[in-house]
Amino acid sequence: MLKLFRILKRRDWLLAAFSVALIVAQVWLDLKLPDYTQEITLFLQMPHVNMNDVLLAGGNMLLCAVGSLLSSVLVALCVAHIATNFGAYLRLRMFDRVQAFSMQEIGGFSTASLITRSTNDITQVQMVLVMGLQVIVKAPITAAWAIAKIWNKSWQWTFSTGVAIFILLVMVLIVMVTVMPKFKKLQKMTDELNRVTRENLTGIRVVRAYNAEAYQESKFTEANDNLTHTHLYTQRIMATMMPTIALVMNGLSLAINWIGAYLVQKAPLEAKMELFSNMVTFLSYAMQVVISFMLLVVVFIILPRASVSARRIREVLDTEPKILDGTHNEGTCIGEVEFRNVTFSYPDAQEPAISKISFKVRRGQTLAFIGATGSGKSTVINLIPRFYDATSGEVLVDGRNVREYTQEALRRKLGYISQKAVLFSGTVESNVDFGDNKCENVLPALQTAQAAEFVEKMPDGKDSYIAQGGTNLSGGQKQRISIARAIARKPEILIFDDSFSALDYKTDRILREALKTSCKDSTKIIVAQRIGTIRDADSIVVLEEGEIAGSGTHEMLMKTCEAYRQIAYSQLSKEELQ
Amino acid sequence: MTPPRKMERPKDLAGSWKRLFSYSRQYKKHLIFALICAIGGTVLTLLGPDKLSEMTDLISAPMMSLKAALEQGGDLSSVRLRIDMDGVFAIGVTLVVFYLTSTLLSMMQGRVMATVTQRISQQLRGDISTKINRLPMSFYNRTTTGDILSRVTNDVDTIGQSLNQSISTLVTSMTQLLGALVLMFAHNIWMTLTAIAASLLGFVVMFVIMGRSQKYFMRQQENLGRVNGHIEEIYAGHNVVKAYNGEKAAREHFIYLNETLRKSGFRAMCLSSLMQPLMGFVGNLGYVAVCVVGGLLVMDGAIGIGSIVAFIMYVRFFTQPLSQIAQAMQSMQSAGAAGERVFSFLDAEEMPDESEKTDKLTTVKGLVEFEHVRFGYEDSDRIIIHDFSAVAKPGQKIAIVGPTGAGKTTLVNLLMRFHELNGGEIRIDGVPISMMRREEVHEQFCMVLQDTWLFEGTLRENLIYCSENATEEKIKAACKAVGLDHFVRTLPNGYDTVLNENVSLSQGEKQQLTIARAMIADKPMLILDEATSSVDTRTELKIQKAMDQLMENRTSFVIAHRLSTIKDADLILVLRDGDVVESGTHEELLHKDGFYAELYNSQFDQSA
Repeated sequence: MLKLFRILKRRDWLLAAFSVALIVAQVWLDLKLPDYTQEITLFLQMPHVNMNDVLLAGGNMLLCAVGSLLSSVLVALCVAHIATNFGAYLRLRMFDRVQAFSMQEIGGFSTASLITRSTNDITQVQMVLVMGLQVIVKAPITAAWAIAKIWNKSWQWTFSTGVAIFILLVMVLIVMVTVMPKFKKLQKMTDELNRVTRENLTGIRVVRAYNAEAYQESKFTEANDNLTHTHLYTQRIMATMMPTIALVMNGLSLAINWIGAYLVQKAPLEAKMELFSNMVTFLSYAMQVVISFMLLVVVFIILPRASVSARRIREVLDTEPKILDGTHNEGTCIGEVEFRNVTFSYPDAQEPAISKISFKVRRGQTLAFIGATGSGKSTVINLIPRFYDATSGEVLVDGRNVREYTQEALRRKLGYISQKAVLFSGTVESNVDFGDNKCENVLPALQTAQAAEFVEKMPDGKDSYIAQGGTNLSGGQKQRISIARAIARKPEILIFDDSFSALDYKTDRILREALKTSCKDSTKIIVAQRIGTIRDADSIVVLEEGEIAGSGTHEMLMKTCEAYRQIAYSQLSKEELQ
Repeated sequence: MTPPRKMERPKDLAGSWKRLFSYSRQYKKHLIFALICAIGGTVLTLLGPDKLSEMTDLISAPMMSLKAALEQGGDLSSVRLRIDMDGVFAIGVTLVVFYLTSTLLSMMQGRVMATVTQRISQQLRGDISTKINRLPMSFYNRTTTGDILSRVTNDVDTIGQSLNQSISTLVTSMTQLLGALVLMFAHNIWMTLTAIAASLLGFVVMFVIMGRSQKYFMRQQENLGRVNGHIEEIYAGHNVVKAYNGEKAAREHFIYLNETLRKSGFRAMCLSSLMQPLMGFVGNLGYVAVCVVGGLLVMDGAIGIGSIVAFIMYVRFFTQPLSQIAQAMQSMQSAGAAGERVFSFLDAEEMPDESEKTDKLTTVKGLVEFEHVRFGYEDSDRIIIHDFSAVAKPGQKIAIVGPTGAGKTTLVNLLMRFHELNGGEIRIDGVPISMMRREEVHEQFCMVLQDTWLFEGTLRENLIYCSENATEEKIKAACKAVGLDHFVRTLPNGYDTVLNENVSLSQGEKQQLTIARAMIADKPMLILDEATSSVDTRTELKIQKAMDQLMENRTSFVIAHRLSTIKDADLILVLRDGDVVESGTHEELLHKDGFYAELYNSQFDQSA
């Protein structure tokens, strides 16, 4: 966790040092207050009390209180400044790091987890920083200083204070040992409850079709009971904590008084008075010490949670992006993609996802991949924009290995459309004119993508609002807009990762026809499930379990490739294929 | 420092608290017991300092009398220099009893409150879960899963915590406040007034500042939401952002949002961290005032030094509950907001009660008639199904095809009575489904959907789901029929393997499982809603066999994307914008050369 603080800049460190100085001043002022109490008690016991003395001491006390307020306000400002800066730096650092990740690193963490790490976890750590700066610094200073002040007053009193602190620590230890593991369990059980509820909600049609409402409810009841029992256990233990703390504090003040009675009794006459006023001051110092210890304990209870968050953040920051930029900006030819004996394994996978894949496609040609789910079609395609790097073999774009390009230059050549349409909150235009696209291409691109018609019908045309994830559009509409985004790039190479399956057959056909005329110079690489989508491609590669089972045109494959024939017949009858 | 709570202003705080209290009615005895404990414990805590000050007075008594003697001229012989140790002892013992009793009382109070609030939370969660199954299907078109989930966990948790803290805090704080006032007045009016004035001054300042901070908190929360939204979006669309070199723009927008958040966060945090020092100052102010005024009064001989000591404690007892009450009010507010969300869910209109409906089907032949069916979702004026009529004879295979949005799924949802019709009638064997109980309708159909729904549990549990009398033979036979038997044998624990993230099932295997589940359920009719569209075509071939077997002798309704799967249907209904535009067998329809033929041909159009 401490390592994360390195992110703070010099100015923040100076502010932190300044706050520590202020905190010291504040502690000094706070501890000065009981001194004046002592003075006042002494004055009061003197014969012939001097009114001015009492008022003077009171005035000094007030000054101390105001000074303490001022310095704590300043500390609060500094801490707020440091903490918000810290959060902002850390968020930006995380954001940059995740942006630099390839799909491989993202897959390792999972998107959902990266989002929590960049949001909640940072908020957690920031919160602890705020508390920590104030409490972790202030409590030990207060405790140490107060102990120093009372150390030599009377060993009996010091001893009682020690016993009180000891009891508190033991209690906290017991609570930590009994409750902490349960807290972890609590999280698991909440997840469980969430899971069962989500299950019921996502499968609501199935649940009702099977009349399984009672079945689901009994599952929920079980999860609910488990959660409640654990909650009860922890809360009941926590409920004993506050009263015990109160008991210890009360017990301590009683002990100091009671012991004081004996001490004063035994003391010689001249010392009685001082001893008595010592007792009064000791009381308030002892309370300060105990409270400081309690604060520290609270921090230590919260700390484990924050350090889990800190560790999760560090895991991300410590992960180096595997895909690094090359130096070249240009290739040796235009619109060519070639795979030379490419093998790729996902990290931790035993079998390669694709192995020994070789093919070549030239400018303006269409290359299609077909195969069963899990046969490696998308994997092949993901190697071209360097979402992943090949484990062995070479991936070449425009005659140059993709690793030699800067990522920006490589991707400028490509128009990639993902399987699941990705839209961002904004407008239709901001989604098409995305990244380094040129804004003048928006309308023609929408037309080619067969999106112009429905976009015109939207309330504000191409300036219509698009919700996060495109939830206000249908699946087919989202996919058409994401296709328009690729077309607007006027890329050398268009890559469709099963992007047509959300479209109905008719739109699919018209769109492909439009692509032929408006993007005739672009090389097209298409992953598809429907034979109809790809049968007219210049070359079709059939993948089976990560290997090439055949390649060629539709007619050739119908004759030579059994796997292709099977796919074809499962979709169309013999006559239709003739 | 408390984390800045999400500031939510409930619309009807009193209303939702009334509802919450009605939940706690059955725990009345517990609550009264807890209240008595709380009051008892607090009174004892208050009496403590009073007793303690008596002890201090006893200790200082000899010195005070010595001082008095000195001031009056020095006859020291009459001065008692011994402390009344018996008195000290008696007070000490009383205090020990006080402290122990009050600790015991507050422990009992805490325990009872924890129990009651947890039980209430449990009940609220249970009620939500029951409610889920009583709401009409259309409710789920409007509400997201995440929203309902957050009511079950976050909102109920918030309620539980606030109930636990705020009720007991309010009671103890009020008692403490009142008790402290009474005792203070009993001690000395002037010192009491001093303490009150000092504390009130502090609190007025504090409330003025805190009142202003509210809007900064809201702004911070809004900005945090925006940053999180942007992060979510960019991370989720990572490959698209990269593919289009959109990193720079995304980063710039992020920096802008991050900076806005930093600024508003700074303001909010400044104000909230002022709270603590201000509280401290209020305490100190009271402390100083009491010391000074007390000192003056001691000089006048109006009070003993012990009173100052006692008052120092009382000031704490006086200021502490004030801020605790403020905090409790805040937490009651957020509980109110959470309660409102929970209750608005619990109050949502349920499906009508059908316990009086008695029509039952004994032996179902499988004649299904749609007559002038008309339907639109209740929250929109748009009619989705205009005038749909069709007849499925027993044992027929009816295919429903058409472009996305034509109303295919809506139609089968109506058949299952997931929604109620706006007009017309659907009959099974001549009995209108609206005359039957919904369960009775569901009882007639096996249903296989596009999104294969499996849950965490053993393979066996997933297969049987909640079918009665599913014998071992039946399960095995079903798995064999769908071609899963080999797969089951490869699993470490066979049918008892727990399906979770560690067991990776392919889409095809999942679909095979749900078909097997439908076979085991063994109901008279069948609905397949895009059952194979997320499976690749070769796997589909395998599954198709299982489905054909399932369809044997059952009236079946099949919705399919891939037209190849429904060519052998007895009747194909072509839907477009909620109306049947064509119907007939595959050959008839192709012959007609209409919309169906166009749809069918577009999938392998050579010219494209």
